Amino acid sequence: MVIYGVGLLAFCMLCGLICGRALGWLIGVDANVGGVGISMLLLIASCEFLRHKGRLLVASQQGIVFWSSIYIPIVVAMAATSDVRSAITGGPLAILAGVLATVLCAAMVPVMDRMFRKGQSQDDGGLAKGHGDD
Amino acid sequence: MIDFIASMQKVLLEHQLITAFAVVGAIVWLSYQISDRLTAGRVHGSAIAILLGLALAYLGGLITDGKKGLADLPLLAGIGLLGGAMLRDFAIISTAFGINVNEIRRAGMSGAYSLLLGIFISFFVGAAVAFSFGYRDAVSMTTIGGGAATYIVGPVTGAAIGASSEVITLSIAAGLVKAILVMVATPWIASWIGLNNPRTAMIFGGLMGTTSGVAGGLAATDPALVPYGAMTATFYTGLGCLLGPSVVFIVIRFLIG
Repeated sequence: MVIYGVGLLAFCMLCGLICGRALGWLIGVDANVGGVGISMLLLIASCEFLRHKGRLLVASQQGIVFWSSIYIPIVVAMAATSDVRSAITGGPLAILAGVLATVLCAAMVPVMDRMFRKGQSQDDGGLAKGHGDD
Repeated sequence: MIDFIASMQKVLLEHQLITAFAVVGAIVWLSYQISDRLTAGRVHGSAIAILLGLALAYLGGLITDGKKGLADLPLLAGIGLLGGAMLRDFAIISTAFGINVNEIRRAGMSGAYSLLLGIFISFFVGAAVAFSFGYRDAVSMTTIGGGAATYIVGPVTGAAIGASSEVITLSIAAGLVKAILVMVATPWIASWIGLNNPRTAMIFGGLMGTTSGVAGGLAATDPALVPYGAMTATFYTGLGCLLGPSVVFIVIRFLIG
């Protein structure tokens, strides 16, 4: 049934958010640390588990796929409710700080990619060997 | 006649979320028409939809003087629920379905380093800009730096170290500028920075950190990359709130003496 998929998704989200909150509490910040990321990992793990057992039926999958296909409209709604006016009226300081941080961080993407791709080629060799032993 | 209009409005008011679906559906449809007919598909429909959404949010802010864009108009309050953190996160998590676990395992470390690098770059860039505009005390510099990280890190950091409300407002504005810029600019710069595979998406999410920006920017670039970017970005705000009032504040205070 479709609701099984939606229910599983909801369950993963709640568990993940609780973990994220707990992680925040442990390191002493009043914020959710990676709750959404943890939820995603839980969803991946539970789907893998169910698939192995042959219990992940097509109907249940639809309950999850629906939400991922409604993602873009939700993001559009998010954009339509953001505080654009405050961003624009924040003045040159706010605009310059936001723009410079974005530009510099974007420029670091290829740098990080190259740096880790170099290390990766050795890692990959090790990983491949490890899998062979399995 | 006025009675008639009022009672029709009541239908929309009482079914806010349904109204939101209809309005957002119309915005998305219009955007894909523009994409097809005016740009021959060159500009992705979702990129136009996000731009249109931001423009409407600006209008909403002008009309109502509020902070929630279109959702401040009573008839369109449902858009606030549809685009709010609850459903947004629910949808982001669902995109993890069908993600490639090996990609995450392989790019995990680069994602973690990107997080730290992204947080520190944003803080120090923001602090430097604050300094050049005459905010030369460590508290204000750190708070505005936090805003350059995300619009949540800024006020959280500011509250923790006792920044003035004027500075906190500036930091929120800086964070909003970043979120909006990432939403709008990502599809245009994607090919320059090699943002076309899960690994760079994870690095991108870690460096940018603004969940709303990354969620919107990647959706407009390639929806298949969304889960990878979101995965790292969701750790950013929490880590920023941890590092800002502690490590970063101490370093900045040390640097300016």
